Amino acid sequence: MTVPVAPFLASGLLIATGVTLLLERSLVRVLAGVIVLGNGVNLLIVTAGGPAGGPPLLGSVPRAAMADPLPQAMVLTAIVITLGVTAFLLAMVHRSWQLTGTDEVQDDTEDRNVRLRARHVELGAAVRAKRDDYRRLVLRQRAELAHMQAERAERERLEEADLELRIARVHDELGAWTRDLRERGVSEEELHDRLEVAAQRAGDSELDNLRRIEELREEHERRRREQAAREKELRRRLKHRQREARRQMRAALRAERARQALAEDPELEGDE
Amino acid sequence: MCVPVLAPLLAAGLKLAIGGRLRHLQALISLVTLGVSLAVSVALLVAADRGGPLVTELGGWPAPIGICLVADRLSTLVLVASSAVTFCVMVYSVASAYAEQEHDAPMAIFHPAFLVMMAGVADAFLSGDLFNLFVAFELLLSGSYVLLTFGGTESRILAGATYTLMALASSMLFLVALAVAYAATGTLSMAQLAERFPALPPQVALLVELTLLLAFAIKAAIFPVAMWLPDSYPTAPAPATAVFAGLLTKVGVYSIIRLEALLFPGGPVATLLMLVGLATLLIGVLGAVAQTDIKRMLSFTLVSHIGYMVFGVALSTVAGLAGAVFYVVHHMTVQTSLFLVTGLIERRTGTTSVNRLGGLATAAPVVAVLFFVPAMNLAGIPPLSGFLGKLLLVQAGLAAGGPLALTLVAGGLVTSLLTLYAVAKVWGKAFWREPREAVTRGGAVVESEEGTGQEAVVTTAAMPVALVGSTAALVALALAYTVLAGPMSAFAERTAGELLARRPYLAAVLGGTP
Repeated sequence: MTVPVAPFLASGLLIATGVTLLLERSLVRVLAGVIVLGNGVNLLIVTAGGPAGGPPLLGSVPRAAMADPLPQAMVLTAIVITLGVTAFLLAMVHRSWQLTGTDEVQDDTEDRNVRLRARHVELGAAVRAKRDDYRRLVLRQRAELAHMQAERAERERLEEADLELRIARVHDELGAWTRDLRERGVSEEELHDRLEVAAQRAGDSELDNLRRIEELREEHERRRREQAAREKELRRRLKHRQREARRQMRAALRAERARQALAEDPELEGDE
Repeated sequence: MCVPVLAPLLAAGLKLAIGGRLRHLQALISLVTLGVSLAVSVALLVAADRGGPLVTELGGWPAPIGICLVADRLSTLVLVASSAVTFCVMVYSVASAYAEQEHDAPMAIFHPAFLVMMAGVADAFLSGDLFNLFVAFELLLSGSYVLLTFGGTESRILAGATYTLMALASSMLFLVALAVAYAATGTLSMAQLAERFPALPPQVALLVELTLLLAFAIKAAIFPVAMWLPDSYPTAPAPATAVFAGLLTKVGVYSIIRLEALLFPGGPVATLLMLVGLATLLIGVLGAVAQTDIKRMLSFTLVSHIGYMVFGVALSTVAGLAGAVFYVVHHMTVQTSLFLVTGLIERRTGTTSVNRLGGLATAAPVVAVLFFVPAMNLAGIPPLSGFLGKLLLVQAGLAAGGPLALTLVAGGLVTSLLTLYAVAKVWGKAFWREPREAVTRGGAVVESEEGTGQEAVVTTAAMPVALVGSTAALVALALAYTVLAGPMSAFAERTAGELLARRPYLAAVLGGTP
C-alpha cells in the first residue's frame, strides 16, 4: 500500500496554518484558524480512512473497489459540527465587536490582577522613596537652622561682652581722672567746675559712647530682625515645599488611580 | 436506554417550538424530562449492577459496525449522579426564573441549551464508540457555549471566547486522534479498539493514547491545560456554572477513566498521570487560596480536586479506581451545591467578593448553613463524603506504595488542608465578621465591583422555597453519601473490578463469554 503523501502534506499544512492563526489575538483571525484547522483535520480523516475507491453503493462497483464509507460519514458529521460552531463563533466575534469596538481577545482576569498588583507595588515604592527624600530634606534644613541660631547667639554674646568692657573702661577713665585731680590738690569747687566741664566733655564722649552703644544695639537689633526674617522666610519656604511635595504625591496617586479605573472599566477598555 | 439522551433533545426541540409562551408548560416539560431521565438512569443502574453491562445498538446495525450505547456500572453510576444533580439545578433555575419575573429568555433559550447539554452528557457517559463520544462532546459543548455566553454581556463574551476556543482546540485534537486510531485499527468502536490496540506497534498506540489524553485533559481541566476554567466559569449564570462545575469536567474524567481502564490498561502513562495529578492538586489549591471572589475560589478548588480523581485513575488498582469513582460522584454533588449556594449569596447581597461581604451568618442563616456543610464536605471533614472519598484514595495510595504514590498521598492531604483554609477564609469573612456596607438589606441596588464587568444587581431578602429547597436537596444528597457509604463504596469497588477485568464490557458489546 502506498502512502498518499500529497493529501497528508496538505492536511499538515492546513493544520499548521490553523494553529498559527488560532494563536493570534484578533478573533476574526482565530475564526479563520478554526475553519482552516477544521478542514485540515477533516482531510486527515479522509486520507487516513484508506485509499480512494468507487462509491460505496451495493451493486454499483465491486466490493473490493469501494471506498470505506465510514470516514466519509464521520467527516460529514465533523463538517456539520464545525459549521455550527463557526456560526456561533462568528456571532460571538460580532457581539464582542459590538460591545468593545475591537475583535481582540482581552486579557484575562488573573493577568489583569497580576499587572495591577505589580503597578500598585511600583507606585507604593515611588511614593515611599519621595517621602524619604522629603524627610531627609526637612532634617537637613532643621539642622542648618539650628546651626545658624547657635552661631548668632554666640556672636551676640561676644558683642555684649565687648560693649560692657568698653563702658567699664570709660567709667574707669573717669574715676582715674577725678582721683588724679583730687590728688593734685584741686579745690572741690574747681574740681566740681572741672568735673562739670569734664562731665560736659565726658558727657560728649559719654554721649558719643552711648550713641555708639545705641548704634551697636540698633545694628544688633537690625541684624536680629534680618535674621528672624530670614528664618521666617526659610520656614515659609520649607512649609511651601512640604505642601508642594504632598500635593504632587497626591496628584500622582490620583492620576494612577484614574488610570487603573480606566483600565478596569470594561466600557472604556476597548478604546485604549 | 436511549431515553436519557433522546428525551432532553426532544424536549429541547419542543421548547424551542413553543418559544417564549406558556411558561408553566415550559417549566413542566423541563422538570418532567429530567425527572424521567433520572428514573430511567436509576433503573439502568440497578439493571447494570444485577446483570452486567447493557448494550443498545442504534439504527439496528450490529455492534462493531454500528454505534452502540453501553451502560455498565461506571456509566450508570455517573449518569444517576449527574441526572440527580441536574434535576436539582433545573428546579433551582425554574424557581429563579419565576422569582425574577424574567419572562421569555430563560425558558426559551436557557432551558433548551441546558437540555441539549444534558443530552450530550448522557450520550458521553453511555457512548460505546469513540466517534459518538466526539459527537456527544460537541453536543454538550454547543449547549454549554450558549449557557456560558447567556445574555451576551461583555464579561460573558470574554469568558466565552476563552472557553469556546479551548473546547475547540480539544475537539480538534480529539478528531486527529480519531483519524490516527481509525487509520491504525480500522474501527472506532471502543470494545474493538480495546482488542486491537495491543496488536499495534507500541509507539503508535502511545501516540493515540497521549493525543486522546490531552484532548480529555483539556475537558477535565487537568493542570497544564486547566487555566481556562477559572477564567470562564465564574461569569456564567449561577445554575449554568453549577452544572458546568458538577458535570462537564467529570465527563473529561470519565473519558480518562475509560481510556486508561478499557483502551490502554497498564500503559506507561500512569506515571505521567500521577505527576500531572500532583501538579493539579497543589497548583489548583494554591490558586484557590489566593482568590477573594467566592466563584473564582470555587473554580480553583474544582481544578484542584480533579487531581484526586486523576490520582485514583493513575493507581490503576481496584482500590484506586473505586476511590476515583466515589470521588467523582461526591465531587459532582458538592461542587454543584457550592456554586448554587454562591448563587443564593449573590442574589441576597449582589456580590460574591469576600471583601465586600460580611455578617451573612445572622442576615441569612439558612444560606450560611447551606454553605457551611458542603464547604466542610469539600475540605474533607469527617464524617462527610469528601472525607470518605479522600480516605479511600489515601488507603489505595498507601496500599500501592512506591515513592510517587506516597508523595501523592502527602500532596492530597496538604491539598485537603489548604482547601479547608480557603473555605474557612471565605466563611470567616463572608459569614462571621461584622456586616459590611448595606449589603445585608434587601432591595438595595448593588453596583458591580470595578473590573469584574458584572452588572449592577438588585438584592432581595426573599428566598423562594424552591430555590433554597433545591440547594438543600443537593446538600442533603451529599450527606446521604455518608449514610450510604457502605453500599456506595462496595458498588464503587464492584465498578472498579468490572473496569479492570474489561471482559464483561467486551463480551457485552462483541459477544462471547464474559
